[in-house]
Amino acid sequence: MNFELTKEQSMIKKMVKDFADEVIQPRAIEIDETATFPADIFDKMGELGLLGIPFPEELGGSGGDTLSYALAVEEIGRVCGSTGLSYAAAVSLGASPIYYFGTEEQKELFLKPLASGKSLGSFGLTEPNAGSDAGGTKTTAIIDGDDFVINGEKCFITNASFAKTLIVTAVTGRNEKGRNIISAIIVPTDTKGVSISSEYKKMGVRGSDTAEIVLTDVRVPRANLLGDPNKGFNQFLYTLDGGRISIAALGVGIAQGALNKALSYAKERKQFGKTISSFQAIQFKLADMAMEIELARNMVHKAAWLKDKDKPFSKEAAYAKLYATETAFRAANQAIQIHGGYGYMREYEVERYLRDAKLLEIGEGTSEVQRLVIARQLGC
Amino acid sequence: MDIYVLLKRTFDTEEKINVSSGKIEDDGAEFIINPYDEYAVEEAINQRDVHGGEVTVVTVGEEESEKQLRTALAMGADKAVLINTEEDLDEGDQYTTSRILEAYFKDKEADLILAGNVAIDEASGQVGPRLAELLGISFITTITSLKIEDNNAFIEKDIEGDVEVVESSLPLLVTCQQGLNEPRYPSLPGIMKAKKKPLEELEIDDLDLDEDDIEAKTKTVEIFLPPEKEAGRVLEGDIGDQVEELVSLLKNNAKVL
Repeated sequence: MNFELTKEQSMIKKMVKDFADEVIQPRAIEIDETATFPADIFDKMGELGLLGIPFPEELGGSGGDTLSYALAVEEIGRVCGSTGLSYAAAVSLGASPIYYFGTEEQKELFLKPLASGKSLGSFGLTEPNAGSDAGGTKTTAIIDGDDFVINGEKCFITNASFAKTLIVTAVTGRNEKGRNIISAIIVPTDTKGVSISSEYKKMGVRGSDTAEIVLTDVRVPRANLLGDPNKGFNQFLYTLDGGRISIAALGVGIAQGALNKALSYAKERKQFGKTISSFQAIQFKLADMAMEIELARNMVHKAAWLKDKDKPFSKEAAYAKLYATETAFRAANQAIQIHGGYGYMREYEVERYLRDAKLLEIGEGTSEVQRLVIARQLGC
Repeated sequence: MDIYVLLKRTFDTEEKINVSSGKIEDDGAEFIINPYDEYAVEEAINQRDVHGGEVTVVTVGEEESEKQLRTALAMGADKAVLINTEEDLDEGDQYTTSRILEAYFKDKEADLILAGNVAIDEASGQVGPRLAELLGISFITTITSLKIEDNNAFIEKDIEGDVEVVESSLPLLVTCQQGLNEPRYPSLPGIMKAKKKPLEELEIDDLDLDEDDIEAKTKTVEIFLPPEKEAGRVLEGDIGDQVEELVSLLKNNAKVL
């Protein structure tokens, strides 16, 4: 057992912390209020190599590990949930599947620009009637000569308006049992027939782009099929397992940000002639928040460590995602309570943490789906 | 061009600092590259990128200082040297550090040595100038601009709210002031590459120094935190009365008039 970060991991954490405090934090209120995707911040993150942490150098990445990536997501999430979510989705969902399942040519052509931060990628799984129930996928990809012709609709897709490549899931046929075979196909966003719009008005993570994609007779070469055509479903599950670690890390970041704000407010705010941090009612809240955050962080680090060691991490990723995101919601809620009336005002930022945290209990598998995943791992 | 940077690991004064029995507690303190030394690292990298050569970052410190050296390597320095005094020295001062560095630089042919203006922990600003004296080379402190052409350095230097323009031939030691540049963040690929860059570890024996040669010339008598800032006071009433009260407070309480 060793709980100590390596020198590289602690340097990465420190660098991202400084970057988040100096570059992202001053913009966080504006990003939320104007619901504007901070494209310039992503350019800078790309230059620093943040978008390629878990990918090898020869593929344009930084050669780091999952744990380093989780540390980076946490530090960004601590100051801005919107930037944190778009970052986590770009790496875990937009780029990782190509790294896990892509051919050498696909990695060269599609992963390199994503890993080196020159462009963003998006993962189109969710549809109006399919998400965690991937079997409900209605989008179809029909083979026509050397091409796939794709038709369908995707919704709630993170970063799609700013993406150069989409990975979309589509029904490509039926197996011998008569069940739909679902495959993943890489679709450049400039392909004819791809229409992307982001009209959603969201409660939180408002600066993170969320888009609807309509695919009308979209033609891409059959060479764009990602991974094994018959194992599409398992591929998404693996991708989502990995994504859960990053959403969990984002939850830890939001919770930590909420605690930091609540703690410093409690130490300054005076009522009845004393700082409110001297009241047990406030102390107990802060103590619970700090404890839950540390427990959540340990779970995130363990899941990341398992993944880095190529050990099964599905159950631990679900534990981490479930616990860390619910911790984020509770911590943000308590942070508002500690701030009293001020906490309800945007200026104090903790209400934003609550709105941002809510998404984490829904996206990439709701809390209920995490419990299902865990129960299945228990043999239910 | 052979460029060297003198770097110090310090605690982060923006984080909470605890003092107990006359010592700063290491536990819980955050350690960083002295911020003025970051300007020195950044400038060294920029000068190397223009003129070619190599940047070597040198620190006199302890095992833990490796982290700060690796960060400088991640920013883009080429080599690092850790002169580890952890086992040989209990206490040292500016005299100690500059004598150790003198011994290190004795057989080097440095064209340019950059240091921070001061370290934010003890803020003496002495090590750089002392080293230059010992090595018999010129030094210019608190620089805010540096251009090198052929063998000459053209420098702007901060002087009490004004700028002095100075010219000097190389070799030269400069200390860096805020405004010289904007230190970069170490990039991810930089951090991963830093692992493979050379980091030499020396002890004072390797520099043919004896503890007695470099014994501190000063003694730290006491370390204490500044008094906590008290809440301000808002004067009330008629403006005239307020002014009178303020003057009387400044005279009698604060005793500044």
